Amino acid sequence: MSYQIDHNALTNPKLEPIRAGFGRGLKAAGATNDKIVALCADLTESTQMHLFRDEFPDRFIEIGIAEQNLVTVASGLARAGKTPFVSSYAAFSPGRNWEQIRTTIALNNQPVKVIGSHAGVSVGPDGATHQMLEDIALMRVLPNMVVIVPGDSVEAEKATRAIAENGQPSYLRLAREKSPVFSTEESPFEIGTAYVLREGHDVSLLGTGAMSYQLLKAASLLAEMGVDAEVVHVPTVKPLDESVILASVRKTGRVVTAEEAQIKGGFGGAIAELLSEQLPTPLKRIGMQDRFGESGAPNELLDYFGLTAEKMIDNIAKFVRDTPQYHREY
Amino acid sequence: MSGQLTITQLEQKANDIREDIIRMLEAAGSGHSAGSLGLADIFAALYFNILNLDPKNPDWEDRDIMLLSNGHTIPVQYAAMAEAGYFDKEELLTLRKLGSRLQGHPERERLPGLENTSGPLGSGLSQASGYAYSLQYLDHIKHRFVYVVMGDGELDEGNIWEAAMFAGKYKLSQLIAIIDRNNIQIDGSTEDVMPLEDLRGKWEAFGWHVIEVDGHNIESVIDAASMARAITNRPSVIIAHTIPGKGVDFMEYDYKWHGIAPNSDQAKEALKKLRTLDGKITFEGAGVE
Repeated sequence: MSYQIDHNALTNPKLEPIRAGFGRGLKAAGATNDKIVALCADLTESTQMHLFRDEFPDRFIEIGIAEQNLVTVASGLARAGKTPFVSSYAAFSPGRNWEQIRTTIALNNQPVKVIGSHAGVSVGPDGATHQMLEDIALMRVLPNMVVIVPGDSVEAEKATRAIAENGQPSYLRLAREKSPVFSTEESPFEIGTAYVLREGHDVSLLGTGAMSYQLLKAASLLAEMGVDAEVVHVPTVKPLDESVILASVRKTGRVVTAEEAQIKGGFGGAIAELLSEQLPTPLKRIGMQDRFGESGAPNELLDYFGLTAEKMIDNIAKFVRDTPQYHREY
Repeated sequence: MSGQLTITQLEQKANDIREDIIRMLEAAGSGHSAGSLGLADIFAALYFNILNLDPKNPDWEDRDIMLLSNGHTIPVQYAAMAEAGYFDKEELLTLRKLGSRLQGHPERERLPGLENTSGPLGSGLSQASGYAYSLQYLDHIKHRFVYVVMGDGELDEGNIWEAAMFAGKYKLSQLIAIIDRNNIQIDGSTEDVMPLEDLRGKWEAFGWHVIEVDGHNIESVIDAASMARAITNRPSVIIAHTIPGKGVDFMEYDYKWHGIAPNSDQAKEALKKLRTLDGKITFEGAGVE
């Protein structure tokens, strides 16, 4: 079984922070590629870079609390032939240093890997300042940049190893809290590929990051309500896997997206762009609705902002009920 | 490079670079005159003496690295590169034109021999630091050096001081920064806009070896670079005092020439000044009426 999506997994999942997979993946990548160097802005353990640092201390560079320098030093290291991974909280990198990323990494086309940890409202009590919600929008508009939002820790490990070898500027979005592990060692992962996790005919539920698990769970609950939902996991926000996404939408004629980020400019924005140009289809976007987060317990916040399966299902069921299936032969 | 040119020959190179800058900027119709002209002597010293480069093999693995941080002065680097043989001089007149390899601000992937992409200020010192860190700590290569040319105005940027701390902490002794201390920026004099002094004291406090030179004295610039290479326990910064617009009297010291190009009359006048060394010599057949 390449995914853990049976009833048991959806009611009692194994939990692990997505960032833990990054830590393991970077260490593993470092063991096979001695060009990999890691740089951190005073958050080495939080971002799980300490696993690499402890194993390869000579290839770890402490930058201090200086995110602009973090990415620009990495640009110089890349010019010298290295593959730098730079980590901080997403609120600070790419939050604070976006122009440096744009000019010295994206336009300069250097294979620097920007790791934005602690993204989303599930950061919890630290509040809105630290709950990065705009990073997907910021990074996906940059030419040359690859943007990946892994669904769980197992996939994050694979994504880390994949960007270590893709030779391109890349952004990897991670979250702080433990979240359900729904993929397995056998699950496929390729940059730029979306995966149909559950087939259905009434609506395509497109998720990125940990929201894909919530959509799987929602689909299971929706089935009991008579809605036959297809779930597509989209870990690569850029480049989008247009063929898998459009094939699903052609079949279902209705689309729901889910992300722990601003829907405006975020993953939902990306899907809206794709559909409106190539296959206009009724769309409902679940995510942050043009507002900042706030302090609270992580699960409390996900619930409050409607980002849990239980909170999604009524909305999705109503959307399916009220919206005619579009275009089938469009 | 050769290292065989005499100081007089290097001064002639600087003058040739200045003439090319004027021609390029006039043809482009826009661009930054003052800083480009002010850096001509330093770039003559860099490309014809200081830097170990091979223009026929821009990615030569033993080359020195030269990063331009204040990308708006790129005409001086393009002119020096053409003079050094990286590309034909005729291409200089494509500056800022559609499809040109000579973008208004440098883009690394467009032109072999460029080491970075710059324009937005304050990022070059960090990039140079990253390269120098790689040489010193990861590759253990001692014979290559990383030079970065910065404007003084861009020292307003916080990113510069993050890099200054970083290079100081790691004692990046193969890193040599050159500050074009011409005292102007777009809104006026640097000391009015945002004072930089005590500039020497600031760099020393960050752990750097500081050398101050007359940026128009090519011999002094070359000596300063030699001294900087000999410092093995910390990074070096050469504060090069220059005159913005140097060589063209009506541009000198005038911050209004920071971001504009000469029109055809002004260009003709400027070329006449440069070819006659400001009227000190007559230049028969120089093509200047």
